[in-house]
Amino acid sequence: MWRDAMVIAGRDLRIERRSRVVTNQVLPFALLVIVLFAFALDPDRGVLDRAAAGLFWLAVLFSALLAIQRSFAIEATDEARDGLRLSGLDPAGIFLGKALAVAAQLVVLEVVLTAGIAVLYGSELRGPLLLAATALLATIGLAAAGTIYGVLAAGLRVRETLLPLLVLPVVAPVLLASTRAWEAGLQGVPGEGWSWLRILGVFAVTYVAVGIAAFGTLLEDA
Amino acid sequence: MGPAIRLRSAVALAGRFPVLAGADLTVARGEVALVHGANGAGKTSLLRVCAGLLPITDGDAEVLGHDLRADRRAVRRSVALLGHATFLYEDLTVAEQAAFAARAFHRPKAAADAALARLGLERRVDVQVARLSAGQRRRVALACLVARDAELWLLDEPHAGLDAANRDVVDELIRERAASGGTVVLASHELDRARAVAGHSFAIAGGRVQEDARVA
Repeated sequence: MWRDAMVIAGRDLRIERRSRVVTNQVLPFALLVIVLFAFALDPDRGVLDRAAAGLFWLAVLFSALLAIQRSFAIEATDEARDGLRLSGLDPAGIFLGKALAVAAQLVVLEVVLTAGIAVLYGSELRGPLLLAATALLATIGLAAAGTIYGVLAAGLRVRETLLPLLVLPVVAPVLLASTRAWEAGLQGVPGEGWSWLRILGVFAVTYVAVGIAAFGTLLEDA
Repeated sequence: MGPAIRLRSAVALAGRFPVLAGADLTVARGEVALVHGANGAGKTSLLRVCAGLLPITDGDAEVLGHDLRADRRAVRRSVALLGHATFLYEDLTVAEQAAFAARAFHRPKAAADAALARLGLERRVDVQVARLSAGQRRRVALACLVARDAELWLLDEPHAGLDAANRDVVDELIRERAASGGTVVLASHELDRARAVAGHSFAIAGGRVQEDARVA
């Protein structure tokens, strides 16, 4: 399973390295979102500093939708999805590989966005360990849930518009928990943030487990 | 050891339309079988059923000993399908595409390199699939098929889009596959060329296999 996951993750990241969709489109989109939030809310840095955690995770969430759509768009050309079914790869490995590739792209995105809120909103990273742990668990959860709903929507003609409707309500707990944890991390009171990691951990473990168990069936129906 | 393919009254649906309507077909192991028929007769659907991509809703289907009604995923590790689509990724290079196909099937990279050389693609290995012509893409898809070294080849119009020299290469590959014990089922409209490599010929119409003739 892990070997197959590495085959798929390597292929997806190679495709990204060559097409640069995430680098040249998703990343600028994410930066644009936090810049527009800055315009919309207030030039007063106090408001932005207080809202930074929520705005950061909203930008990550919107960008994750694009990364997930891209992950399954590459399977839509020339009936590559049939090729994937026939590849002989373990469906659980395909799930883990695609989720890993999405997660790797989200990590890069989060690093750039963190620098973005530090510069634009004046946020200080006062609890780096909490911030990193939150980002890690939230990224795993987003990538796993997104990959499950991505394959669910992949075979439908309305997949582009349906995916946000499916994913956003499901990942609301991730948005809530990661925002609260990051608020604590940015404000320098990490002790208040660690409890939120339990929600993120349960979410990540649940969706990874569901993906491993159900991805084969979902891929058949896609 | 039973036949490579055994269908009995197999029914498969596309939506509500029966694309296979009680098809009976037996293909022995090591045989090259030709399936021919008019457009929409059910050739592609027959190949997709044999590949485990299309479920059967009635009748029996057994491919390489796998009961497709019980588990149609298991057979996919032993079959390779060349369809109308090439299943290629536009952003990968020719070498990366073949290497992916080989690795997925637990085959070494050397198998991918050899397959590309066999299809005359050595000088195209660093070219992105998106920049290839339709015929070149077809050759890459064939190279992926060769690299996988599957027990059963299912070829849907394998000569389509290829020049004369590469059509001959396809025929050689089919003969070599059968000589090494593999089984090949090809659907084709080019009957003269296909019959030259096939040992058994089946006509399909209305989702039923209607004729069963020994060619060679």
